[in-house]
Amino acid sequence: MFQKSYNIFIKDIKSELRTRYAINALVMFILVAISVILFSIGNEKVNSDLTAGLYWVVIFFSAMSGLSRAFVAEEEKGTNLTLQLIASPDTVFTGKLIFNLILTFFMNIVITFLYSAFFESFYIKNPALFILTFVLGNIGLAISSTIIASIIAKAGAKGTLYPVLSFPILLPLILTCVQLTIFSFDGTNFESVFYELSIVVSYNIIMITVSYLLFDFIWKD
Amino acid sequence: MYWKIILFVLMTFVSIAGIAFPIVEKPSAWYEFPFIPGLEENAKIIFFHVPTAWLAVIAFLMAFLYSIKYLRSKNINDDIKAYVANQLGIIFCILATVTGAVWARFAWGAFWSWDPRQTSIFALLLIYGAWFALRSSIESEEKRATLSSVYSIIAFFTVPFFIFIMPRIMTGLHPGSADDETSGPIVNFKMNENMLLVFFISLIAFTILYFWMWNLGYKSIIYKDKLNKKLLR
Repeated sequence: MFQKSYNIFIKDIKSELRTRYAINALVMFILVAISVILFSIGNEKVNSDLTAGLYWVVIFFSAMSGLSRAFVAEEEKGTNLTLQLIASPDTVFTGKLIFNLILTFFMNIVITFLYSAFFESFYIKNPALFILTFVLGNIGLAISSTIIASIIAKAGAKGTLYPVLSFPILLPLILTCVQLTIFSFDGTNFESVFYELSIVVSYNIIMITVSYLLFDFIWKD
Repeated sequence: MYWKIILFVLMTFVSIAGIAFPIVEKPSAWYEFPFIPGLEENAKIIFFHVPTAWLAVIAFLMAFLYSIKYLRSKNINDDIKAYVANQLGIIFCILATVTGAVWARFAWGAFWSWDPRQTSIFALLLIYGAWFALRSSIESEEKRATLSSVYSIIAFFTVPFFIFIMPRIMTGLHPGSADDETSGPIVNFKMNENMLLVFFISLIAFTILYFWMWNLGYKSIIYKDKLNKKLLR
């Protein structure tokens, strides 16, 4: 099973590198979004709470512009029937999830790099907490966006519906991650953020379980 | 038939009691409500606001259960039941949001202040909205039923975060928040007996009303579909 998931993942990477659709769209989207924020801020001093919020706003909308690709492309090219024949639903989902995880991490590392370059208030006092938030947040983001992308691929009006469906699902994760990012800017120690971290961890566990349970129903026509 | 009369009597009692019974410092008669510091006369909204919020969640739970049932049985009637539950849910969700906002205007001074409870009811509204948007974008009946069932189940698992976890660990203004000391009695059920009685009667009456509406709603849709099929044949 893992071999097959890995093969699907490699196939996605290869077809992505051939067209570079998602990567190009993502990088341009990130640049545009951050420059819009920078223009609107001007010479204003932004405090660290607002920076943390803006950071997750850019992450959310970048994810919404790039992560639906994995399933929508299959549906558009008509290759989903072949995939249904050669692999079980779990295998397909694992392959797509790994692909989206890699894409999310790539995207968010770029965003973090740009933020640390352009925002003075993006000053992390507790790097360990920030990295933990970053990793857990990205995993949650990738899981939820993958399962919603598979729903979206079957529906009409794909582009506009994706953020609409994902936002309420991602809201608990994003709100907690904004809170955790603010804490990491303030240099709060680990003991006092135990509740927030456990929310993010339980969110990830719930989402991955639900996704694997329900993907069968979405995938089979 | 009897339960319709019972419902009428209960609803009338709740409306009269909830609006007209006085709030006094030291309640002695059976019709007097206690004075709760920080809430005062505004406390009466509990008889109408809490049941609507409760029904918004009940409707959501029903939609979740019937979605699971649909995925197991693939019986289109279960999908219709989930659909009607969500239709009623969005109505009660809007009612809860509006009554809450009106209450907040007098209790906190502003209609909207992103209190954790307000955030969570807003997220619930968004979920309902997204669910109907998803439904309207799919043509085929079976596909629509499957995908909206799946979304309803996924969305249901995020609801506990909004309703039960976040309002309790985040500081807020709503009675029952983490740092709440003055107006705690409502959630801890420290209201006096009369108030509790009217409150629970109101909850029961609204729940009966909900099930009645739900019953009528899904039956009318099922009959309409049957008629359509007969006429087209």
